[in-house]
Amino acid sequence: MSEADQGFEPHIVAFICNWCTYAGADLAGTSRMQYQPNVRVIRIPCTGRMDPLFVLKAFERGADGVLISGCHPGDCHYGEGNYHARRKFAIFRKLLEFVGIDLARIQFSWISAAEGGKWVSVIEDFTNRVRALGPYRAYQEISL
Amino acid sequence: MNDERTLKIREIAKELLSKGEIAVFIGYGKGTHNGKARPIFVRTPEEADELIFDSTCSNNLVTYLKFPEVRDEGVVGIVVKGCDAKALVGLIRESQLMREQVRIVAVTCEGVVTDDGQLQLRCQYCDVANPTFYDFLVGSPVEDQKPRDFSGLLEKYETMSVEERWEFWQSQFEKCIRCYACRQACPLCYCTRCIVEKNQPQWIETSSHLRGNFAWNIIRAFHLAGRCAGCGACEDACPVDIPLMLLNYKLEKEIWDYFHYRVDLDPESVPPFTTFKTDDRGEFIL
Repeated sequence: MSEADQGFEPHIVAFICNWCTYAGADLAGTSRMQYQPNVRVIRIPCTGRMDPLFVLKAFERGADGVLISGCHPGDCHYGEGNYHARRKFAIFRKLLEFVGIDLARIQFSWISAAEGGKWVSVIEDFTNRVRALGPYRAYQEISL
Repeated sequence: MNDERTLKIREIAKELLSKGEIAVFIGYGKGTHNGKARPIFVRTPEEADELIFDSTCSNNLVTYLKFPEVRDEGVVGIVVKGCDAKALVGLIRESQLMREQVRIVAVTCEGVVTDDGQLQLRCQYCDVANPTFYDFLVGSPVEDQKPRDFSGLLEKYETMSVEERWEFWQSQFEKCIRCYACRQACPLCYCTRCIVEKNQPQWIETSSHLRGNFAWNIIRAFHLAGRCAGCGACEDACPVDIPLMLLNYKLEKEIWDYFHYRVDLDPESVPPFTTFKTDDRGEFIL
């Protein structure tokens, strides 16, 4: 990170599923757990709703990191959405890596409605990691 | 020029047309550029004498089958190489075409060449030199079945740093003029309304600018993941020579690694993104 980036606060976009991770994040809030305020939550019905374009669009619009989180395998409200998402993103992240996207800026997690604590630790770790990486200038430059 | 395959194809086309079994026969004819064959549509038995087959028959004719105006002519006779057959089977697998809508003339193929006479890249990885999905098989068996192992080709890029890979692909995507020839030439890009034409919201920017170019080329490749027949039509059609097959091969390699799936000539095989296993690998998920 350069001198100019001192004091940089990352923008993290989190696509989280309505049924598990959103409720988990809610639990963290109602439990008064503290975590860094860098995350912008976008609620989606299911991780199966995640289109790979959402990730690209988030980066285009200036995100420094993207988090995708949903129900644990077997817990999907719709039965199998997260299984499809796992397949899709296993391959999509390999494609992104191949074209030069830094995978450290994309995080996936399974967080249940009971795991407020896990939400907090995922956000803390991811935010710290992206802050250390600095602004995602490479993508922001092509987005000008 | 008049190899046995040419004569056999003419014979089959004549017979099908004169019996009225097909309305149109799509094959290769003599071209006017570099001695390269071009696609021709044959509608009468007499015209069938214009059909040829040789190593310049690079185009994937299956692309025409995605257009309703072609299918609406009636039953279509078509010449396919192994790679083209994979695409045709893909259309059937995805319910875009019924088996009885086509009469398939498959040719055994030792490989086709580029405009400058080099063996096409895809032919170096061909595992369908002897097609197994057809109504008529033309040509003698080719012995040389090659492994679909792209690691040698991809290694150069996979061993680059993230920054180098980014630079490389930006320098490629920068050239993109968004003509969508890759999409038009692809036999499996058949959506009547492509994602790039949807503008409420505008997910992919349409101007020829790196931001949209990047999204377009990534998403085009990903929409073919687990479906791409590897026929190389997209890269052949690209006027600015973006190495699109690198992306397609990378996806094929990863899908093989993760799901042990490879596009084949079985219309009943289940594409990787239409199914799942409860124990799929998820090592990247916290």
